[in-house]
Amino acid sequence: MKKLGIFAAAAAMGLTFAQSALAEDVTLKAVKERGFLQCGVSTGLPGFSNPDEKGNWTGMDVDVCRAVAAATLGDASKVKYTPLTAKERFTALQSGEIDVLSRNTTWTQTRDTSLGLNFAGVNYYDGQGFMVSKSLGVKSALELDGAAVCIQAGTTTELNLADYFRENNMKYQPVVFDTSDQTVKGFEAGRCDILTSDASQLYALRIKLANPDSAVVLPEIISKEPLGPVVRQGDDQWFNIVKWSMNALINAEELGLTSANIDEKKMGDNPGVMRFVGIDGPKGKGMDLADDWAYQIVKQVGNYGEVFDRNVGAGSALNIERGVNALWSKGGFMYAPPMR
Amino acid sequence: MPEETKYSANSKPKFWNDPEKRALLFQVLMVGTVILFILYIVSNTLSNLETRGISTGFDFLSQTAGFDILLTLIPYDATYSFGRTFVVGLMNTMLVSFLGVVLATLLGFIVGIARLSHNWLIAKMAAIYVEVFRNIPLLLQIFFWYFAVLQVLPSPRQSIELFGGVQLNVRGLYLPEPVAGNGFGWVVLAFVAALILSFFLVRWAKKRQDQTGQYFPAYWASIGLVLGMSGLTFLLAGSPITWVDPELVGFNFKGGITIIPELSALLLALSIYTAAFIAEIVRSGIEAVDHGQTEAASALGLPRSRVLRLVVIPQAMRVVIPPLTSQYLNLIKNSSLATAIGYPDLVSVFAGTTLNQTGQAIEVIAMTMGVYLLLSLLVSLFMNWYNKRVALVER
Repeated sequence: MKKLGIFAAAAAMGLTFAQSALAEDVTLKAVKERGFLQCGVSTGLPGFSNPDEKGNWTGMDVDVCRAVAAATLGDASKVKYTPLTAKERFTALQSGEIDVLSRNTTWTQTRDTSLGLNFAGVNYYDGQGFMVSKSLGVKSALELDGAAVCIQAGTTTELNLADYFRENNMKYQPVVFDTSDQTVKGFEAGRCDILTSDASQLYALRIKLANPDSAVVLPEIISKEPLGPVVRQGDDQWFNIVKWSMNALINAEELGLTSANIDEKKMGDNPGVMRFVGIDGPKGKGMDLADDWAYQIVKQVGNYGEVFDRNVGAGSALNIERGVNALWSKGGFMYAPPMR
Repeated sequence: MPEETKYSANSKPKFWNDPEKRALLFQVLMVGTVILFILYIVSNTLSNLETRGISTGFDFLSQTAGFDILLTLIPYDATYSFGRTFVVGLMNTMLVSFLGVVLATLLGFIVGIARLSHNWLIAKMAAIYVEVFRNIPLLLQIFFWYFAVLQVLPSPRQSIELFGGVQLNVRGLYLPEPVAGNGFGWVVLAFVAALILSFFLVRWAKKRQDQTGQYFPAYWASIGLVLGMSGLTFLLAGSPITWVDPELVGFNFKGGITIIPELSALLLALSIYTAAFIAEIVRSGIEAVDHGQTEAASALGLPRSRVLRLVVIPQAMRVVIPPLTSQYLNLIKNSSLATAIGYPDLVSVFAGTTLNQTGQAIEVIAMTMGVYLLLSLLVSLFMNWYNKRVALVER
């Protein structure tokens, strides 16, 4: 029995001293070794992340993934997309299944501080709204007392909705579905009077209806929903890369750089542009990236304005106005720190 | 020869040569390894959670939940805690599981017996039922009932009025709610008294049959007694019940009792699916009873229904109960598919929304798994006890 005792003691000692390796600066290395970026996206939301008929993913959130891939690997197409429901998304990121979560996720205190996650910025400023069937003849959200509401499970939407109805002394019946597809189906079948979600999603879901004109989006916006990409906590280098990939998109629009003109502007002598494309200035050194990382983003993905127009703005079926998502210099919130 | 006495049968062998002690040693080693492995996993998980800045612990259970739930059997609104959402979800799971088990058992027995019917049409219909429903995935059946059947019902404003204020629409089935008035206490009293009387009646009938062999239809008489006595008292007390009809107010019906379509769809799918398996179990149980038993019972002049009830089914139960237990457990676990259609069961409410709002994945999943484990163990404990009761007593 002595041997058993020694074995047990040794094992116990091993346990006491065993420590998990800190997840420091490992994501970039892993991505480079693997040769592609693993990006978590939604299960299908037009304008943000949605597969087309050929299975190619497109959208605002997808373009963030592509920008990060262009910065790290020099090729925007080297991304593997993992469709995640709202319930699955954080666990997938925490467990390392994906490198970055780019899936219309609202930046909140709980998520930022107690889930081991970092929000790398905001790529879309949104707010929660309501969609109702036109035939109900409702003009304002305040007329919705007693309504049945279709919601997607596990979102901030669920909490805002409860707050809003309680504040206004109204009652409602929550019908909670797992995916946005099921939510739309429930709404279409008449299981609920209202569908509530972020306003941008409402427009996206509305065009998924068999008859989009049968529904209207009410004017009330009941919450702030800053949406942005998320990374794991503890890997500052990777956090910086995602953050600055977003900043590069916004700065490019401010500098007037587009995917079409960047090659030409690169030849000029604008000092801001010189720093941007990596001929001058901080280059990619601090993040362990190639010097032309920002150039690759704009060349392959475009600037923030292009991304917006192509996916959700005037150039898309959603046709959402820039509004608060315009550059700071044009009255919006989009403001990126300078690249110098 | 001192060397040989050393290995004689009387002397004690070294402990590694003693099979019993050796077996014990290996078992201790095995258990020790398993315990160490579990300790390792737990400590590794905890340290990983800490290094990644993910908070742990069960403090979240007392935080305000802040979201509402469609169906609650106990008082609940958004101001209650996450701990309460756990109880609400658990009760919803238990509700659908209990109703599902009852319905599936009834339906399963009927179909199982029908499959052995001498009537060709009934037997074939039962066979088709079994083959169709046990060969289609349960999730598809749930979707079928929810999206294809129940969701094509009209909107609240075009509700189908069935009878006496019962309304059916896409939001559910709305029933008038009975409200007890003055004098209803007498009806309850009469009901209880009738129950006690029937209990003695059944005992008396059994005793008389044992002694004289004369048969008295005690069960039918009891039903008559209970219905008659409480009905008569009800009328004498002046019908002390008022019905509150559901009324269309604004968007939806208010008042009355609502059966939400999520519950109906899940219940239909679960019980119809499980009943197909139970039917086969019942059929095999009945076929396991020797045909001589039926013939012997018939030779005594017993009518067919009583042959089945008194001779065949009690013996079939011995074969039926163990696999029936498995079907009950399957039904309980399958109820977690509720999350696909938005029925607020434990998985949807607690392992879904609560998990997502708090991010406490490990704690929430552990609690959820614990609940299913506990529920399954309780059911299996009860069924094993029942199995022992009906098992063949060998003399």
